[in-house]
Amino acid sequence: MEEAAGERTNLAGVRHILLVLSGKGGVGKSTISTQLALALRHSGRRVGIMDVDLCGPSIPRMFQVQDSDVHQCDSGWVPVYVDQDKSISLMSIGFLLEKPDDAVVWRGPKKNALIKQFVADVAWGDLDFLIVDTPPGTSDEHISTVEALRPHKLLGAILVTTPQAVSVGDVRRELTFCKKTGLRVLGIVENMSGFVCPHCSECTNIFSKGGGEELAKHAGVPFLGCVPLDPQLSQSSEEGRDFIQDFPKSPAFPALAHIAQQILDGTSQQSS
Amino acid sequence: MAEAAGGPQPEDCPGSSSAQAGRAAACQGCPNQGLCAAGAAPDPAELSELRSRLRAVKHTVLVLSGKGGVGKSTFSALLAHGLAADEAKQVALLDIDICGPSIPKMMGLEGEQVHQSGSGWSPVYVEENLGVMSVGFLLSSPDDAVIWRGPKKNGLIKQFLRDVDWGEVDYLIVDTPPGTSDEHLSVVQYLSATHVDGAVIITTPQEVALQDVRKEINFCHKVKLPVIGVVENMSGFVCPKCKKESQIFPPTTGGAEKMCQNLNVSLLGKVPLDPRIGKCCDKGQSFLSEAPESPATSSYRNIIQRIQEYCDQHHLPEEKIV
Repeated sequence: MEEAAGERTNLAGVRHILLVLSGKGGVGKSTISTQLALALRHSGRRVGIMDVDLCGPSIPRMFQVQDSDVHQCDSGWVPVYVDQDKSISLMSIGFLLEKPDDAVVWRGPKKNALIKQFVADVAWGDLDFLIVDTPPGTSDEHISTVEALRPHKLLGAILVTTPQAVSVGDVRRELTFCKKTGLRVLGIVENMSGFVCPHCSECTNIFSKGGGEELAKHAGVPFLGCVPLDPQLSQSSEEGRDFIQDFPKSPAFPALAHIAQQILDGTSQQSS
Repeated sequence: MAEAAGGPQPEDCPGSSSAQAGRAAACQGCPNQGLCAAGAAPDPAELSELRSRLRAVKHTVLVLSGKGGVGKSTFSALLAHGLAADEAKQVALLDIDICGPSIPKMMGLEGEQVHQSGSGWSPVYVEENLGVMSVGFLLSSPDDAVIWRGPKKNGLIKQFLRDVDWGEVDYLIVDTPPGTSDEHLSVVQYLSATHVDGAVIITTPQEVALQDVRKEINFCHKVKLPVIGVVENMSGFVCPKCKKESQIFPPTTGGAEKMCQNLNVSLLGKVPLDPRIGKCCDKGQSFLSEAPESPATSSYRNIIQRIQEYCDQHHLPEEKIV
């Protein structure tokens, strides 16, 4: 263990770190991060989410804890816990803003400094998974996060896309980013793959379909699954409810559980 | 920049526009190191250069949103098409989303390259009166990632404004990435050399998007950028089979309408979801001409007209002075 030799860092108790990335905005990175955390918790894992989207943090709202504050302890910042069991812990710039509508008008260097603090100074404690939710793009936040996490147990990245070509195009660039920075791609998730009309059950592919799977094939990386569009998904994450507990009959549920399982399988193979 | 700030310039100064600005060995101890490293304000000489290049631009409209994937590029592309429908108007579309340029694909210009001429880079033309510039035209493959930190992005945005031979332009539309960071600060600073009509803010109805959009409106106030109005995209979906409407992204907190009331900005319109919008973007076609009968088209046309009226009104006083 690399940490054993040096000082015990705040990430020493974290077993696996995974990044949720997408070149494109609004494809559901934060939603997938949230649901994945819930799915992993349901299989008995302790999960943390580090939100490095500094200009548009969505994680606090997704868990309905946007009014919580971060406190200081001896080993650094205490993350915000979602439940009594402390099975999900969060860190986001959203907890540090005085007013929720405050704009974080920062250039790169300031963003990089805060990300370094998030990596070094948050007292995560023991976690099975730390999920890092990122902003869209391949710029300051991404370079800084990968650099800061490189010495730790970085498992790899999950890439989120929507099916249309415009979105897939941006995710191709994100794949190149992973290749260039030596980040392992755990797989691609296609989000918003079609909408089932609640009135007549007709499925419409609002953002077309299959783009994510095709890209995974083309790039030779695993395809983790399609998550269909579901207004309940959007609503439940808006209201910060436990979607997995609330909507086990939703068409999106098996997709999310399946993705979580593949990640768990991957880690058990790695450790055995 | 060093001279402008009045400090002694180190001998091996890499120059404030260099990617090494504030980071090179020579920058150690220079009083402007912090400024340069942060890609701070352009100096007066640069601004006058920008001013002379952009003098022939009558109207500038920024398309902004705190949130990604809400349809900024789709709207920018349609606004450009809509304005260019009048053959007498010259329209320029500038894409400053450096890490995720979508404009080339949406305008059907994928694979096009920028050409160099005596007077600078030539934009790529869709129609005679519609020119486009994007980092996408500078990449050799669609897989190429632009893995750049802030200062390099700022440098390219400056080049797009200073070194592109836009010619006489009635409308310059600037499509931006999500957020309130380097690209946004830089483009506002560089455009301060000229007249900016204002910003059109794009959102979707759900609170997760609106909370980021409120931040963007705060950003506009901070940098004194007028807000022309807000467009709500993906506002309801009409099932093509049963014709009933569903809210895919439910407006749990009242949607853009309520937000606009609270923040005292105008709502330019709501655009319903139409699966053909995404398809047209993927194929590089103009949705306005491909689906003229769609309710989304009439909504877009209304919004474009309102923006046009806003610009006309806001240019009148200046024209009188001239």
